[in-house]
Amino acid sequence: MDGVTESLLLAVVVLTALAFDFTNGFHDTGNAMATSIATRALKPKQAVLLSASLNMVGAFLSITVAATIAKGIVDAGVVTLDIVLAGLAGAIIWNLVTWLFGIPSSSSHALIGGVVGAVLAAVGSGGVQWDGLVGKVLVPALVAPAVAILVGTIATSLVTRITRDVPQDSNDRMFRWGQIGSASLVSLAHGTNDAQKSMGIILLALIAAGAVPEDSSVPFWVIVSCALAMAVGTYLGGWRVIRTLGKGLVELESRQGMAAETSSAAVILLSSHFGYSLSTTHVATGSILGSGVGMKGASVRWSVAGRMFLAWLITVPAAAAVGASAYWLGAAVGGAAGSSVVFALLLGVSAVIYLWSRRNPVHHRNVNDEWEPQEDNESIIAEAVVDHDPELLTTHAEQGSER
Amino acid sequence: MGQFIEWGALANIIVIGVLVGAGLPALFAVGVRLLAGPGSTVDGQVPLRRRVLAGLCFALVLAAIVGAIVYIAAGGH
Repeated sequence: MDGVTESLLLAVVVLTALAFDFTNGFHDTGNAMATSIATRALKPKQAVLLSASLNMVGAFLSITVAATIAKGIVDAGVVTLDIVLAGLAGAIIWNLVTWLFGIPSSSSHALIGGVVGAVLAAVGSGGVQWDGLVGKVLVPALVAPAVAILVGTIATSLVTRITRDVPQDSNDRMFRWGQIGSASLVSLAHGTNDAQKSMGIILLALIAAGAVPEDSSVPFWVIVSCALAMAVGTYLGGWRVIRTLGKGLVELESRQGMAAETSSAAVILLSSHFGYSLSTTHVATGSILGSGVGMKGASVRWSVAGRMFLAWLITVPAAAAVGASAYWLGAAVGGAAGSSVVFALLLGVSAVIYLWSRRNPVHHRNVNDEWEPQEDNESIIAEAVVDHDPELLTTHAEQGSER
Repeated sequence: MGQFIEWGALANIIVIGVLVGAGLPALFAVGVRLLAGPGSTVDGQVPLRRRVLAGLCFALVLAAIVGAIVYIAAGGH
């Protein structure tokens, strides 16, 4: 490759990595803030501003970035910049499609899927370490929500039992503070973990292009631009995902929100401490489900949850399909022109998805509206049974006739 | 399944996760109950003993949050 081609490719990869970072923040605001928004502990705009600031602080807090992508999942020796670009394209498009449908899905799984697809297209199945893919990605996707549901259920059940005879307004007033604290912790942890992924990718691209020496630490401009891209994404807020997490799964009150966010923070930090990283998205969703299971009288819309679980299972194959197509397209055109075509197509598809979302926009003003039955048909029956306990109805009827 | 799930790490996450993830909210709830639960006010005021105990609960929760931030900042994740 000549110098011009190389710097063009480098620029495209850096821009795409920043775009991925943006969708990452955008997609994951809900993990930390959906419950606080749903219970009105914070106004929607306040919540995303707080989350964006903490994500930004988090990105600066810890900068031990390893310049590896999908370590232990693909053969590190075969990863080229073209593969990274195609992988990023797959991840971004999957993030945008799931956002369009309001489905929380793991950004890191999308990235891994995209890279796996591109590697498959480039060197075939020999470049993928399948054991690593199953053990580090697929199984944790099933384990994470199970663990989080367990912890969230126990937390909510304890909290609601202890405070069952405390007046509701006192509960709401005090637990809102607890909610803000625990949600902030989740935002901070997200900033430290996820901004580093993009930093690592950009660093890897810079090393590969020879722009910085191989043992270089992350240049300051990379840290700043990654922190900013994620913060801007977080601030714009993936309202569609926030709505599903905060309103679609469980009707939340402050006590549940606080219990759910604390269990999320605990499971996320513990899992990275013990080196068995679980996706923030899967944990946060599981905790919210747990807060519905653990509270008497709360109903969980399992059909909405089921759609999410399905999306998590197809995250890797779907992102891989896009990643592979992007790689083939780039290789067919070839060289810098190929990368530019991939980049242009990525922009085009993103624009189409954005325009599509305008047909039923979700924003900070309607994010907390009642969850409409047509958004989820199957839930009506389940809710009707929960809302109208036959026993209560008969007692009321009898009381009525006595009067 | 042995090679696909790190059982040791998973067991640690579940046990400590339940202790911390459910224990801290429960502690917070005890604090709330001390301040606003039944019998918490005498002549419209919360007695000093209850306020101190509640403060202790909240302080422990706050300490855990600060500890977590320090842990994140130290790059322990």
